[in-house]
Amino acid sequence: MRSNISLFTGLILIAFLVTLAILAPVIATHDPATTSAEKWLQPPSSEHFFGTDRLGRDIFSRVLYGARVSLSVGMLSTFVSLGIGTLLGLLASYYGGLVDVIIMRFADVVLVFPSMLLAITLVSIFEPALWLVILVIAGTGWPSIARLVRSEVLRLRQSDFVASARLLGAKNRRVVWRHLLPNAIGPVLVAATLCVPAAVMTEASLSYLGLGVQPPTPTWGNMLRDAQLYLRFAWWYAFFPGFFVFITVFAFHLTGEGLRQALGLSQTARRGWRAGS
Amino acid sequence: MKSALVRRFLQTVIVLFGVSVVTFLVMHAAPGHPLQANPELRLDPTAIERWLQLRQLDQPLIFQYLAWLSRVFRGDFGESLLYNRPVLELMGERLPSTLLLTLSAFALAMFLAVAVGIKIATQQNSWLDRLVCTISLAGISVPNFWLGMVLVLLFAYRFPILPAVGMRTPGDGSILDILQHMLLPLLVMVAGNFARYVRYVRSAVLDVMQQDYVKAARARGLGENEILYRHVLPNAAMPIITVAALSLPMLFTGAMVAEYVFAWPGLGRFIITSTMARDYPVIMTVNLYTASLVAIANFIADVLYLLIDPRLR
Repeated sequence: MRSNISLFTGLILIAFLVTLAILAPVIATHDPATTSAEKWLQPPSSEHFFGTDRLGRDIFSRVLYGARVSLSVGMLSTFVSLGIGTLLGLLASYYGGLVDVIIMRFADVVLVFPSMLLAITLVSIFEPALWLVILVIAGTGWPSIARLVRSEVLRLRQSDFVASARLLGAKNRRVVWRHLLPNAIGPVLVAATLCVPAAVMTEASLSYLGLGVQPPTPTWGNMLRDAQLYLRFAWWYAFFPGFFVFITVFAFHLTGEGLRQALGLSQTARRGWRAGS
Repeated sequence: MKSALVRRFLQTVIVLFGVSVVTFLVMHAAPGHPLQANPELRLDPTAIERWLQLRQLDQPLIFQYLAWLSRVFRGDFGESLLYNRPVLELMGERLPSTLLLTLSAFALAMFLAVAVGIKIATQQNSWLDRLVCTISLAGISVPNFWLGMVLVLLFAYRFPILPAVGMRTPGDGSILDILQHMLLPLLVMVAGNFARYVRYVRSAVLDVMQQDYVKAARARGLGENEILYRHVLPNAAMPIITVAALSLPMLFTGAMVAEYVFAWPGLGRFIITSTMARDYPVIMTVNLYTASLVAIANFIADVLYLLIDPRLR
């Protein structure tokens, strides 16, 4: 019951945020880029729901457009992580031996770099750009997926139904695609749901540090970076973009948590634990 | 037992080797000369020149790698392009302020998490359990730099009772002054860490409570308290200690973004500002340093596990 509440609330919130992002041009009350010298740093009002920023731009409209960036970075990088992770996890478990050793030790190596450190290092070396941010986040996310896919496949391979499929003469390829992968989908789905909030958080942090998506594209992190200088005078400037980062990350965590409980998966996979930075 | 230990040790050595290769290759991909052409970065031209010479770009890649590795083994991590001083010295100067913050945050968060986590695990699905679980999920979801900004808004600007940034007031620097500066960054770190640890403690205790030997103890008619202290907690302690071991790297690198928000003069902020300044020798060293710490902490956690849980031997 409880899991259903988490899952339900999480999915509703995600649907709400995705709607805001898609309908941003319709919902926005102002153009997110239009500046206005006389209307700078105005507090929230019926004209500007979330107030205005240092250039007199409407924060409500900019937050809506920021949702597009955050959600697409979150989801795209998760897809890339998922693709690379599943492929390498399958290869490692399928071939075993040297292939397994090489892939998994490489995953180990990537995993020992704190993702935030790896991200800022890579971004600082190349020029910051949207696609780079997506790739960098995906580059730090795939090892946990690969590890999960590999261990799931190894676990399932021992199971009776795979043995009977083999007895019935199923080819390796059929066993992998028809039996192993569909049964491994649950835990992988949960892991993917938890990849999204991590990506949203990393993108926001990178943009906040000025290493992420570059202005004038409105992102929540960029807005927080600007807001820092005016924190003393304009609480709304920092409050609303950060609040949306929080709600987005929270929504995906709720969904992941709900899914995990609905699928009856345990939380104490020690390997999955990573210290926060 | 012994063979498992040796295998984990060898794996750790391989991972450390991989870490050095990845760090080297990433830095090799970094443009060198454009640094000199970019006055915005305010790097020291003589330091850049010396660094370029050290890289010996005319030599084969494997030679460059080995030359770099041998310098690393001799404890020579190069000099900062920004400060023109040895990287290790700069990091060493910043470690104490980071340790002050991270150790207090870790101790406080762990203490609270163990106390609260055990409490809510013994009353699973009560209103308190649900409340703490929801709050901790929210705690994990809050961007720590935003939480920092909100706290500064509240306690430094709206109600000006605490300083917003830095570690000490110029000309002051008494213990009380440092404590005042430390309070807000500490709060941010404790919030995030508590949220992570409490969920972990709760599930570790719950895991043990579902074991057969706990059911057997209950069937023998032992009281709930006795079961908790004699059977559950000693067994749940292990995964919790493991998590503590895995938190080790965080203690020595600091909370990067949180330190940056509060201009806390620690290692975490140094890592961020050096990366933004493209201070390559520093970036290389902190990557090597941090990743090695994590690899070693993982090894320690695995050893602890092997020592405690005979089933894994």
